[in-house]
Formats: sequence, C-alpha cells, structure tokens
Amino acid sequence: MSESKRFTRGQVLLLALVLCYIGLILLLPLGAIAVRALEAGPRALVNAVADPVAQEGLRLTLILAFIALVANGLFGVGAGLVLVRHRFLGRHLLDTLVDLPLAVSPVMTGLAFLLVFGRGGWLEPWLDLAGLKVSFAFPGLVLATLFVTFPFTLREVAYVLVELGSDEEEAAVTLGASPWQTFRLITLPNIRYGLGYGLVLTLARALGEFGAVLVIGGAITGHTQTATTFIYNAMEERQESAAYGMAFVLAVASVLFLLALEWIKRQRGKEK
Amino acid sequence: MSRVSSALNPERGGRMVRAAVLAYIGFLVLLPLAALVQQGLAGGMSALWQAISAPGARSALWLTLWSAAAMALINALMGTATAWALVRYRFPGRSFLSTLVDLPFAIPTLVTGVMLVILYGPHGLIGGWLNAADMKIAFAPPGILLALLFVTLPFVVRAAEPVLLEQDPAEEEAARTLGAGPFIIFLRVLLPPLVPAILSGTVRSFARALGEFGSIVVVSGNIPYKTLTTPIFIFGEIEAGSPQTAAAVSLVLLALAVVLTYAGRALEKWTGVRGV
Repeated sequence: MSESKRFTRGQVLLLALVLCYIGLILLLPLGAIAVRALEAGPRALVNAVADPVAQEGLRLTLILAFIALVANGLFGVGAGLVLVRHRFLGRHLLDTLVDLPLAVSPVMTGLAFLLVFGRGGWLEPWLDLAGLKVSFAFPGLVLATLFVTFPFTLREVAYVLVELGSDEEEAAVTLGASPWQTFRLITLPNIRYGLGYGLVLTLARALGEFGAVLVIGGAITGHTQTATTFIYNAMEERQESAAYGMAFVLAVASVLFLLALEWIKRQRGKEK
Repeated sequence: MSRVSSALNPERGGRMVRAAVLAYIGFLVLLPLAALVQQGLAGGMSALWQAISAPGARSALWLTLWSAAAMALINALMGTATAWALVRYRFPGRSFLSTLVDLPFAIPTLVTGVMLVILYGPHGLIGGWLNAADMKIAFAPPGILLALLFVTLPFVVRAAEPVLLEQDPAEEEAARTLGAGPFIIFLRVLLPPLVPAILSGTVRSFARALGEFGSIVVVSGNIPYKTLTTPIFIFGEIEAGSPQTAAAVSLVLLALAVVLTYAGRALEKWTGVRGV
C-alpha cells in the first residue's frame, strides 16, 4: 500500500486523533485501576481478594459461568443449526428474538424474572407447591446468567454455518453418514473456532454480569452475592480497597479473555 | 425443502433438537419478557401513560435518550476513523490497537464504572485536579457519556472494518486519475458503501446504550432529575417495591429495543456485514 510508506499530514492527524481517543476512552481507565489496585503493594491486593466474603462471591460467579458455558454452549450450537439449516414457520421471528437479550437492559431482565418467579409472580403457586425458591436464590442467578449469555455462541455458530454452506454435510449424507456422524465429523470441526469464540464471549459476559443478578438475586452476602455484586456492595460501604481488588481481578481476567479472542481470530485467519 | 436438509435433519433427531431449542428460548426469553409486558400493561393504557409521564420517569427517559444520542454521534465519527486507521495505515502498535478495540466486550461493565470513578471521582487520580478547576466528570453527565463511549466502542469499528477491507482500490485510483481531490474521493467514492455499515453499528451501539446499567450506576451518582438514567430509575422503582411503575417504564425501553434490534438486523442483511 502506497500510504504505508510516508504519511501525509492529514493521515498523521487522523491517526493521532484515533490514538488519543482510544487512549482517553479505553487505556486511561484501564491504567487507573491497575495503579489504584497495586499502589498499596501486591500484599494488600492479595488480602483484599483472600477475604472469605470475596472468595465466596468469586466462587459463586465461577459456578454460574460454568453452567452458562455448558448450557449455552449446547443450546447455542443446537439453536444455530436450527436457525440456519431448518426452515419452519416463525423462523424470522425467532431470529429477532434471539438477539433481544443483547438489547434488553440487565435491570429489565432481572425484573422480568422477578415477575415470573418472584412473590406474586406467574409461577409462584407452582413453585410454592414444589418447595422451590428461585428469586433471591441460586436458581434465579442461573436463569439471569443464562438469559444474558444466550446469544453469544448462537450468533457465532450461526454466522459460521451460513458462511460454510451445507455442501460438505450434503456429501457426508450422500455417502451414508448418519446425522450424528455428520455433525461430529463434519459440522463440529468446521465450526470449532466460531464455537470457541462464542464460548469465550459467554464466559466473559457471565463473569461480568451485574444488573440482572443484582435484581433477581438481591446480592445477599454469603448467599447470592457474586463477584460483581460484591464490588457494588463494597463501593456502597466505602470499602474501596476490597472493591478495587476484586475489580482488578476481573479486569485481569478480561484481558486474558481478550487475548484468547485474538488467538482464535488468528487461528481462523490462518485456516482461510 | 431440499432433499439434503431433510436428510440432515431427519424426522426424529432434527425435530427433537428443534423442539428443545424452541422450548429453551420460550422458557428463558419469551416467558420473562411476556411477564414484563403483561405487568407493564396490567393497569391499562392510562396507568401506563401516567407512569411514563411522571416527572421523574420523563426526566430519566430524556437523559437516557440524549446521552445515547450524543454517544452514537461521537461513535459514528470516531468508530469510522478508527476502522479507517486500522485498515488503511500500517503503524507500530496497530495489532495491539486492533486487539484493544474489543476490550469492552470482555470487561464487566461494573468494572468500567469503577475505573471511571478511580480516574474522575472526587478523590480520583485526576478527579481532584478537575475539581479544583471546577470541572465535574464523575457524578455528572460527562461521566455518563464517557461510560457509554467505553462500553460501545467496538460496535461501529467492527461494522465498518469489513466493508473497508473489501473496497476496490481501482475505483479510488480511477477517481484520482480523473482529477478528484482526496476529500471528493472520500465523499463520493469511499463513503457511500460505508454508510449502511456505519448506520448498523451506530444503531446497535444506541440500543446497547439505552439499557446500560453497571458502568453508569457507580459513575453517575444517580441524582434524580440530574444524572439518573432510565435503567437506574427502573432499578430504584423495583427496590422501592413498585414493580408496576418499573414494568411500565421498562416497556418503553423494550419497545425501543425490539425496533432497534429489528433495524440492526435489517441493515446487516442489506450490507451483508455482521454486527457485533
């Protein structure tokens, strides 16, 4: 590219503008949390995270993330196949519906689940009969996490499936492969990077979900308090070092996710 | 239906997968949203209107709409510029920048809010200095805008990038040979195919901004009539034990979310570019 050798003045200006913008919006805040979390030394950071309440929140969040990963990994692949390969009535409606969790405010998600499972909710009589508690309890947290992470694997898988076309699957079927063999030997290897990308996004979103689990779970210490609601409560109680410590841990995790996403993108690029 | 797709999803297995998927989506997405709509409409249209037009709700909706609109405008411009720089220029740190753009997808929004408080809060790294200069960012509308710009940064960049990558340099060359200056080339040759992609990224970022909660709730200070956005207003109503008001105001955001999601999808189909 000819532009690459020597930049004109206009190009230098544009580049400087972009770099300043990204620096101001993204890098500066990221640097700020590193400075604050580490300024009292690594020991203070370890202490903040080793606190039993913090540990409990972190453990709950990891369990929720694991459930979301498995459930939405399976359903994402299934729903991707159904949306792309099947033709049925209401498919277009479904197409918009699966995108909706991305545009609905997490607070509204929490409220919607409260209206179904909470006190006076649609399913309350049945839940009482079964002796099940969903709102302000673990099952509510699971539902909220599943809702907000639902679209990620699905979208990535569906996108790859559309790009791929069905030629290879068609050939396998013609050669006598069963549907399960076709899926395992042809479809799954072909969608693996898309699936991986979707799963990393799912994990990141599950670890970071805040609004929905706050509303449906109530952030009860030692019971429904997750890593993010721990930070929120600590901020409210002005326990800054605890809040910043946990926030720093989550920020480091997200940088790792970012690297994983980049790695998957490169692998995919190489394959093409 | 082609022979193959029916062969791929033969009678039993395929139907079972489809039924499971539909049941999952129905239970997880449709059921709660239906409950929200039902509760929002439970008091009838006049009650709905009353809840939405109450001064507190109205001012929250207004703040949410204008801050999202301001964000969308900046995002459309800076997102396009960022995509342009990433695709067209070769400079040291380019791949680092390209990775960094996705950061908002990986980081919890609440952590974004905490970062902004650390930076711009009253005891923040530069907040104290800003306070001395009588400029307020945290606990004021600029803080809301910065939070929104952070969480929506990738949308326009990732929508515009593929279109820029596909542009044929021959067209640009032809325009240059015919004597067009760089500005005219940009306006007449490069920009038109980009517009739908920029639009789809902007629409998606706008939809995302309307519902943003985690980053704003810590950085805005939630001062009624000043820095209280709609999702936080809804949260307050839930906490105060009035789910009817919360659901009614939620309906406004839900209606916008449905329309914007549909518009985003339509724009993506038109351009053939996938949004994020």
